[in-house]
Amino acid sequence: MGKKVGNQMRLNKYGIIFCIPFVAVFFIFNFWPTIYTFLLSFGDLRGLKVDFKLIGLENFQKMVNDKYFWGAVGNTFIIWGMNFAPQLGLALLFAIWLTDVKLHLKGKNLFRALFYMPNLLTAASVAILYRSIFGYPIGPINQMALKWFGAEQAYNFFRDGWATRGIVAFIQWWMWCGQTLILLMAAITSISPSLYESAVIDGANDWQSTWSITIPLLRPMMFYMLVTSMVGGMQMFDIPFLLTGMHGEPAFKIRTTAIYMYNMAFQGRNDYSYAAAVSIGMFIITMILAAGINYITSEHAPRVKRVTAADANAAKAGAK
Amino acid sequence: MTEYKNYKSQKVIKSTIIYAFMIIFGLIAIVPVWVMLINATRNTPEINEGLSLLPSVHALYNWKVLTGHGFQIWRGFANSAIISVSATLLCVYFSALTAYAIHIYHFPGRKVLWGVIMTLIMLPASLSFIGFYQFMAKIHLTDSYIPLIVPSIAAAATVLFMRQYLESVLSYELVEAARIDGGGEFFIFNRIVIPVAMPAIATQMIFAFVTSWNNFMTPFTLLSTKEKYTVTMLVQMLRGDIYRTEYGGIYLGISVSLVPIIIFYAFMSRYIISGLTMGSVKE
Repeated sequence: MGKKVGNQMRLNKYGIIFCIPFVAVFFIFNFWPTIYTFLLSFGDLRGLKVDFKLIGLENFQKMVNDKYFWGAVGNTFIIWGMNFAPQLGLALLFAIWLTDVKLHLKGKNLFRALFYMPNLLTAASVAILYRSIFGYPIGPINQMALKWFGAEQAYNFFRDGWATRGIVAFIQWWMWCGQTLILLMAAITSISPSLYESAVIDGANDWQSTWSITIPLLRPMMFYMLVTSMVGGMQMFDIPFLLTGMHGEPAFKIRTTAIYMYNMAFQGRNDYSYAAAVSIGMFIITMILAAGINYITSEHAPRVKRVTAADANAAKAGAK
Repeated sequence: MTEYKNYKSQKVIKSTIIYAFMIIFGLIAIVPVWVMLINATRNTPEINEGLSLLPSVHALYNWKVLTGHGFQIWRGFANSAIISVSATLLCVYFSALTAYAIHIYHFPGRKVLWGVIMTLIMLPASLSFIGFYQFMAKIHLTDSYIPLIVPSIAAAATVLFMRQYLESVLSYELVEAARIDGGGEFFIFNRIVIPVAMPAIATQMIFAFVTSWNNFMTPFTLLSTKEKYTVTMLVQMLRGDIYRTEYGGIYLGISVSLVPIIIFYAFMSRYIISGLTMGSVKE
């Protein structure tokens, strides 16, 4: 027995050895840089300086009173919201349609494959592509508007704040709706068919079983998507950065917090300490929101569960 | 009988509406890409004239314009390939190794490490970005590929995925049997665990590669020598004044950066889509 334990310990040593590369790289390229970001945010590293000293909360005080920071936070939210609502709505609609076996739809897989394709494309290239597509005065959208829709003259989308925000939101939607669709389809397919069968026996029509079985059971998945999309959306960078002039033009209307951080650190004053504070501020806001969503979800969770249990009981009763 | 007919016609109407939606949104997904490919073959006067659904003959001219302005496309491809291939191989190998260690061995600190991994998945990458850049500058690693390749060894999401997969396919008995046959621990991982985990490794390779290939912010911030530019950084140059009215050249430049991914996707879409749901929905 003692020998076996010794042998086990000898083997477990390998577990530690196998984890060393991960842990070492994590410490050098992730853990320490994160700590370093925090240190910088309390420091005064700007311009061409190499070293910095700690000056306390000055950067954070500046940030709280910085209307450009809050402007960037607002932009990020507006663009994310403009993209997420239609993204979830449309993906849900398609997911319900495409998983409906009674309809015998053809070309489902082809559609799904096409619709997901933009998700893999390089965001930097996509930004330049849409910059050309919405170009002024000669871009495909303006040409179409002039030729087919009777527009009197070409419109410069990138001088209109809301139009530009709309374009960024559209690109985000274009890139992510397919992925949301695939996840929702997988979630719907994993719902037990017996729930629907018993609903049919109980005389429910398609609309009723969608509304009282599919939607409630998808709720955890949709909340998960809400959180991941929000955390991702708060980091939006490539598209709004490259779509216009790298400062969120026009008039900073598409300057997200990530772009603001970049502008502070690598353009103009090279204020690394303030940029570090901005990235931490952005992180705190994201975490507060994620916690808020989580809180609301757990408020709802028991209700969802009760519905499920009731449905399962109904299913059993129906089967009898 | 009439009720049945009614039901049937309702179904036909519903299907028609759905097909219409599928066509509209399918077109929205591909038309921008199609316009890009067509315009890459047209010259400026043709593009000025209006849209076309058919290609023209000026691709070669556009290619000359594009490469004549310092758009070192082959160099960019080579650079991106070096970075992405190395990052992908390191990512999947060490993620599988870490996941295997956590799955099979019971060493002290195992739970702590797992907690760190789960936290890492939720932390946004931009939180460490400024510190990352400053630290790299301090140890003179800016303008080097090391910060673009090596960090992929610690890919938390890949470890999570690998562990879930190993839990479902790799039993402790299999490892034990290999030990009785006299296999060393490292040998067992390379010769038995890797083949068993191959389906998961293949899916994760695709996503690791695409992520690395598409990365823009990190190389854009770190690299300064033009010869080291990646494809995404070259594309960013197309915004500049040098291509002002050479629309065809701009479209061609965007195309060359996207076409490899599109071709790859055309062959692999089935695996990519199933890989997408493999980790996310637990049944």
